[in-house]
Amino acid sequence: MEKRVTFKGWLLPLCLIAPQVVISAIFFFYPAGQAIWQSLFIPDPFGLSMQYVGLGNFEFLLSDPYYRASFLTTAIFSTLVTLVSMVPALFLAVVADRLIKGAGTYRTLLIWPYAVAPAIAGVLWLFMFNTRVGVVSWYLGNLGYDWNHVLNDTEAMGLVVVASAWGRISYNFLFFFAALQAVPKSVIEAAAIDGARFWRRFWTIVLPLLSPTTFFLLVVNIVYAFFETFGVIHTITSGGPQQATTILVYKVFSDGFVGQDLGSSAAQSVILLVVVGALTVFQFKFIERRVHY
Amino acid sequence: MATVDLKAVKKRFGSTEVIHGVSTSIADGEFIVIVGPSGCGKSTLLRMVAGLESVSEGEVSIGGKRVNELEPMDRDIAMVFQNYALYPHMSVRQNMGYGLKIAKLPKAEIDRKVDDAAKLLQLEPYLDRRPRDLSGGQRQRVAMGRAIVRQPKVFLFDEPLSNLDAKLRVQMRLEIRDLQNRLGITALYVTHDQVEAMTMADRMIVMNAGRAEQIGTPLEVYERPQTLFAAQFIGSPSMNVLDGVAADGSLSIGDSSLPLHSRLSGPVTVGIRPEHVIPDAEGPLAMTVQMGEPLGANTLLHGRMAGRSDAFTVSLAGVHHAVAGETLRFGVDPANLPFFDPKTGQRIEAEA
Repeated sequence: MEKRVTFKGWLLPLCLIAPQVVISAIFFFYPAGQAIWQSLFIPDPFGLSMQYVGLGNFEFLLSDPYYRASFLTTAIFSTLVTLVSMVPALFLAVVADRLIKGAGTYRTLLIWPYAVAPAIAGVLWLFMFNTRVGVVSWYLGNLGYDWNHVLNDTEAMGLVVVASAWGRISYNFLFFFAALQAVPKSVIEAAAIDGARFWRRFWTIVLPLLSPTTFFLLVVNIVYAFFETFGVIHTITSGGPQQATTILVYKVFSDGFVGQDLGSSAAQSVILLVVVGALTVFQFKFIERRVHY
Repeated sequence: MATVDLKAVKKRFGSTEVIHGVSTSIADGEFIVIVGPSGCGKSTLLRMVAGLESVSEGEVSIGGKRVNELEPMDRDIAMVFQNYALYPHMSVRQNMGYGLKIAKLPKAEIDRKVDDAAKLLQLEPYLDRRPRDLSGGQRQRVAMGRAIVRQPKVFLFDEPLSNLDAKLRVQMRLEIRDLQNRLGITALYVTHDQVEAMTMADRMIVMNAGRAEQIGTPLEVYERPQTLFAAQFIGSPSMNVLDGVAADGSLSIGDSSLPLHSRLSGPVTVGIRPEHVIPDAEGPLAMTVQMGEPLGANTLLHGRMAGRSDAFTVSLAGVHHAVAGETLRFGVDPANLPFFDPKTGQRIEAEA
């Protein structure tokens, strides 16, 4: 049966897709085109002239140890953010799913952190862990641990990961919770009758049935960790100490707008675009195949 | 293989009691059908036997052992669900072997048992398929297979055929009964379909509003219904009921009167099965026909009792051309009639 809606003329369909096309053109294609164009030049710091360098920006970047270190930082950061935002979310969803009384209240409270803007979340965590006035660092100090994310790489990374993942837990929780509710109760009961106890059922029945959701969240969270964590990093560490938390997207900003090297910044944007594109294609090609049943 | 005993089993959800004490003993190898309308508590009762619902009061025992506190997995039962509840991400083979795998049986033995069950259910060509690639009837068989391989003491069926089309339902009905016969495993089968109940049950439990209205063989329930509800629920088309007053060896229903063989007196409700009506031009009762349903082998005439508002249905053998507005006079064999108390709906034994 033909399910597609068919139009007679061209005008109406054109009008209908126009808003999406216009928005994509203004906010994606045009800047992306600009980035590709600019990545071939080195402008002077005042933006008055540009010198064509071909792929010089890329050559420089790929041989730059700082840039390669940023790749590694990004890989660690995004893996950690994805894990820290998904595992607790799944746990909370499983626990909330078992609740009978007050499930609605817990659900609402668990969703709240998602409403907090990343920069604000960053400031929140920054205050708590501030080396001089932070509540948490004060308690850690009392316990004999000298917290200082301004100087310590690992602590800085830990803090930005937690601050970035915190709000995402809510988001992931929502999806996991909805997916858990969609698992037919009778399937779980059948497994219970078949002799599987809670954790066995979780690993062999529930988790496989959640895999489409898990895959979706994996993609979305990686993209989030790559791009949307800028605000958190900017407020908490500004990429420091010693570039320990400078992920690729932060480096685009700091090289371009702080370091005024717009050519390199544009080239980094292009590389980032390619990396994320490749990552997504990879995920869909190799992981998605395994998650559908 | 085991007996199942229910002793005054009650179920409460919060302060609402939904099952008001059901007691029965099920013999080893017996096929019991729990039948009743939606919301009568039949599934809840079954789920209490399965251990999926807690028992609020009373006792459930399987094989003479109290199981109230046991988890479903420790009760040695298998259940077939209405929606089959197959594991969608597993193949048919994995679905059937899941319980055995958890029981840590060696792989070769699991394979052998699954193969045996698949052979019995003609599922061999489908062992490597996923449930979504199977038809409704095949899924139903896989659910059966999953129940069989574990060789449980008791089979529990929760409306297993209601998602199938009519023809397949009739076929699966026979298959399930045949399989249960061959395996000799005690079975509890829940359905809302009285035809399924009549055809499959060794004995049936007719349930209504959380009570067992009657427990007996299908023919006992059909021939000697103990309550008005059981009388109307079992049999198709449903039994006609008329209110009347009995006095001095006759029963008056409106203007008509029927001779009685008993010393009944006072207001009673009488039940007349549509198929027990005997058309008779001189008969004491009359109905005004409104609509006919020719079914081929017999014809149903729907209408109202002449001069009254009571709906009445008659089933006549063969083809009968009904004309709306026509009056049909008929009689009944007074010996066959069940009487009920109009207030309680309980059967009144009509002593001669």
